[in-house]
Amino acid sequence: MSITELTALELGAKIKAGELSAVEAATEALAQIKKKEKDINAFVTVDEEGALKRAAEVQKRIDAGELKDSPIAGVPVGIKDNMCTEGLKTTCSSKILYNYIPTYTSTAVDKLEKAGAVMVGKTNMDEFAMGSTTETSHFGATKNPWNLNNVPGGSSGGSAAAVSAAEVPFALGSDTGGSIRQPCSYCGVTGIKPTYGTVSRYGLIAYGSSLDQIGPIAKNVSDCAAVLDIIAGKDQKDSTSMERELDFSAALVDDVKGLKIGIPKDYFGEGLNSEVSQKIMDAAKVLESKGAILEEFDLGLVKYAIPAYYVIACAEASSNLERFDGVKYGYRTEQYDGLHDMYKRTRSEGFGAEVKRRIMLGSFVLSSGYYDAYYLKALRVKALIKESFDKAFSKYDLILGPAAPTTAPEIGKSLSDPIQMYLGDIYTVSLNLAGLPGVSTPCGLDSKGLPVGLQLTADCFKEKNIIRAAYAYECTGEFQPSPVACV
Amino acid sequence: MANKIDDATIEYVGILAKLELSDEEKEESKKDLERMLDYVDELNELDTSGVEPMSHVFPVNNVFREDVVTNGDGSADTLKNAPESKDGGFVVPKTIV
Repeated sequence: MSITELTALELGAKIKAGELSAVEAATEALAQIKKKEKDINAFVTVDEEGALKRAAEVQKRIDAGELKDSPIAGVPVGIKDNMCTEGLKTTCSSKILYNYIPTYTSTAVDKLEKAGAVMVGKTNMDEFAMGSTTETSHFGATKNPWNLNNVPGGSSGGSAAAVSAAEVPFALGSDTGGSIRQPCSYCGVTGIKPTYGTVSRYGLIAYGSSLDQIGPIAKNVSDCAAVLDIIAGKDQKDSTSMERELDFSAALVDDVKGLKIGIPKDYFGEGLNSEVSQKIMDAAKVLESKGAILEEFDLGLVKYAIPAYYVIACAEASSNLERFDGVKYGYRTEQYDGLHDMYKRTRSEGFGAEVKRRIMLGSFVLSSGYYDAYYLKALRVKALIKESFDKAFSKYDLILGPAAPTTAPEIGKSLSDPIQMYLGDIYTVSLNLAGLPGVSTPCGLDSKGLPVGLQLTADCFKEKNIIRAAYAYECTGEFQPSPVACV
Repeated sequence: MANKIDDATIEYVGILAKLELSDEEKEESKKDLERMLDYVDELNELDTSGVEPMSHVFPVNNVFREDVVTNGDGSADTLKNAPESKDGGFVVPKTIV
């Protein structure tokens, strides 16, 4: 068995036992990346030299007995290219940041490095995390390892594909409207979007600040829980990060007896692919057979989540992306006539079509005369959506449904009809609006051989419920993705 | 209700967004905004009177800490990213004629 097939925890255990070194693990990952990248394009930047140097340093720390408590010391990791990494180019997959080298490291990455994880590179994404396919990257689309003609999902498509193709055992992604869960669904890997405020956003290049969360993407639930244990926690540098109960790995218990699971009837209507629907219901029955109590119910407001999300996310994006002005970093246009012309040309040349589309919509809904009708209206609908979840979680420990209405679409089929593409986020965006945690974990393949993702949602701060149920499901071995074999 | 975005509006939004759109892009952007707004108007099916706008899910208000400097002077490294810099500052086009 090649070491690239190991999970993060398995690899970490071997390194801890001295069976192989951090440098060997990094070398193997880099070799796999070299082999796969021409097909997959999961990385914007592969930092071979830096990775080997970092691995050697980590090995020294391991040898000195410093990293005994870390289960991932020496394990290679891919970082989504919207998280700042000191000295290593961070582009957000945008032309406007094509040469940006941060002077500081994001808290989540810093915590991983303190625990001895070895960053091997920065993963591809939709430009500024705006997209559902990783096709809007300035550095070319990422391909789905299960079928190179299909998209890996997005916006954390590079991170999900890199794990699926066994280039790295785990990666970090970020999730504003489904950007961890949907690509995990399409790529047959597991990813968790934690409760808003669980992981510090310091150093994460902002898209929709009230919605953005960083989370782990890995081959199984145990790896995700272990990574979350490391990256979560209150951070002085992010005032929205929360003091809260952690120790997610304690929930890795193969027992769902008595767990009350609600299945929203309104998730299973028009627009949901019948094969996906079948796989999700099969997975629900597996949990039922292990003692969980299933009940169908009406969640309500499902179709309003997407329009509310796009108003809020675009409004925040139009404000957050004002900082890209050709003065402080990144791209500046060649020819201009005065300051304002320089701003406008720089931004018009530096941003791609989808980013400009969202900045325009965001600027419009925030402009005087429209602010109440659109922006405040969306914030009121957000309050209603939160209420409907509160009601559901007064009865259920978990909500179960699909992560996405279909499996991965073919490359080139999504961008021409934005609203259709946005509808693919129907099951994921409402969690961001309500701040809820969610996991996507694989639950089978469709007839085209593409993975289906099961989404489990819990109330705020109740990650343990989703981790427990996802782990119990995984323990049945109903679906074990074999990433290497499938590439 | 079909939304209609006129030339003046798209011009104004372009100024707010600090984007320079070609005539072709303006036409596309108009159609795009109209379609999105028609879609977003579905929200009006919901009665939200009496509902407070929720900007933040958790009741986190001002977060204070002691004002103690913990970082050093990173100005030289920061300026390395600037498209143009001079004498420890960012260079911008002349703004006062």
